[in-house]
Amino acid sequence: MLAAPALGKDLVGLERLSAEQIRAVLDTAEPFKEISERRIKKVPVLRGKTIVNLFFEPSTRTRISFEFAEKRLSADTVNIVTVGSSVAKGETLVDTARNLEAMRIDMVVIRHSASGAAEFLAQRIPSNVVNAGDGRHEHPTQALLDMLTIRDHLGRLESVRVCIVGDILHSRVARSNIWGLTRLGAEVAVCAPRTLLPAGIEELGVRVFPRIEAACEWADVLNVLRLQLERMQGGYVPTLREYNRVFGVTRERIERVPRRLLILHPGPMNRGVEIDSDVADGPHSLILDQVTNGVAVRMAVLYLLAGGAPEKAEAAKHGAAE
Amino acid sequence: MTEPQRHWLMDERAVERALARMARELIERNAGSAGLTFVGIHRRGVQLADRIAEEVARAEGRRPPVGSLDITLYRDDLMAIGPRPVVGETRLPTGGIDGRAVVIVDDVCYTGRTARAALDELADFGRPSRIYLCVLVDRGGRELPIHPDIVGRTVETGPDQRVEVMVPELDGCLAVALVPNQPEAA
Repeated sequence: MLAAPALGKDLVGLERLSAEQIRAVLDTAEPFKEISERRIKKVPVLRGKTIVNLFFEPSTRTRISFEFAEKRLSADTVNIVTVGSSVAKGETLVDTARNLEAMRIDMVVIRHSASGAAEFLAQRIPSNVVNAGDGRHEHPTQALLDMLTIRDHLGRLESVRVCIVGDILHSRVARSNIWGLTRLGAEVAVCAPRTLLPAGIEELGVRVFPRIEAACEWADVLNVLRLQLERMQGGYVPTLREYNRVFGVTRERIERVPRRLLILHPGPMNRGVEIDSDVADGPHSLILDQVTNGVAVRMAVLYLLAGGAPEKAEAAKHGAAE
Repeated sequence: MTEPQRHWLMDERAVERALARMARELIERNAGSAGLTFVGIHRRGVQLADRIAEEVARAEGRRPPVGSLDITLYRDDLMAIGPRPVVGETRLPTGGIDGRAVVIVDDVCYTGRTARAALDELADFGRPSRIYLCVLVDRGGRELPIHPDIVGRTVETGPDQRVEVMVPELDGCLAVALVPNQPEAA
């Protein structure tokens, strides 16, 4: 029986995963895509497991994607959002975690506004923890689904040129993408106004394009990030119109490139700001493929994390050696 | 690591003869090949299903559709083992399995747990009119009340042995051997 490389107890980020572990998630996600095409979109792999989706920040897309993945693996799921929960009454993350543990849960999917929250939780509870986005730190499953989408369309990640465009400063997606893509041999660049680039971004092994036209010339893939409007009061960009004029991914800009430039966007999109509608809905766009792949990638992660007791492994192998 | 001592049970000719006989037996039981759909269990069952379907085509003039089934996610020990097994491809023929006579093909039948998992998985895809279980080697040792309908060869084996079925696509030859279980590496 061939075995996929173990991910360990938790998936906190891609920074510490090896190329082999990342490849295992992508390879496992491939057969999981087929499950979503079946009449009965369900396999019994996590039957009897309880998963808590603990969302301290609003998120519809990621939470629903995880919930679909969990249900398609037959897990029992509970959603906890901060509004109306004990967290709103001042309960700490550890208290919440301990209470959940007392209810005998098996896995926690956590989204939190503080960088490091997933790691903090993972170190304190025995359940598997999956990071669904922590502050500006990482959003590993988003990067994995981006990587799967690119690999599906280009057949490889090695030497593929991916430029991440937009609000890199506030983006956890950008960090996970940079770590994951570079580990699998892709070339990564960023393109943004200096105000939206973290200091020392080049130290992560990426090049910087100050102009979107140059980024389009260079790249095979543009991963366009949402301009986080809720954080824009700090004067990071002069106006949204100005941003669109200088950094917006428009049809005119991508059609100037004499090859098919693939467009990704993790959503939700600000149409007419970082991306124009005719690009988002056009033939270059892989945005809906990303959504489909998101469920398969999350199924793969949950499957790979849901390990059993190692001492039972030997007996099981002999018993079912068929 | 030293190569395990193989005791050859079937060579290429013997396997081919067995597969041809299995195809004839299947046609006889099913009163022809109408409505047959083959589903090979990943991995070696898929190649064997292809070969039996070829024999059916030779006898009946039409080749039944062949699909593949990966039962990993339906194993009853999945939560007890680690790390996770690699998940293979499940791809059923166009037209599905509703109302069809589905032939599950596997290389070896041992505990019966693989066949149980295959039956569970098939039930998620539709409702066949009937299901045949077709295996190249029945090595006994059943843990579930499951019995194959059509068998290429029956051999007596112990739990310290395993049956190795080799197919050209994966192993470079068509043969069956009995091999002592390797002690697990430390």
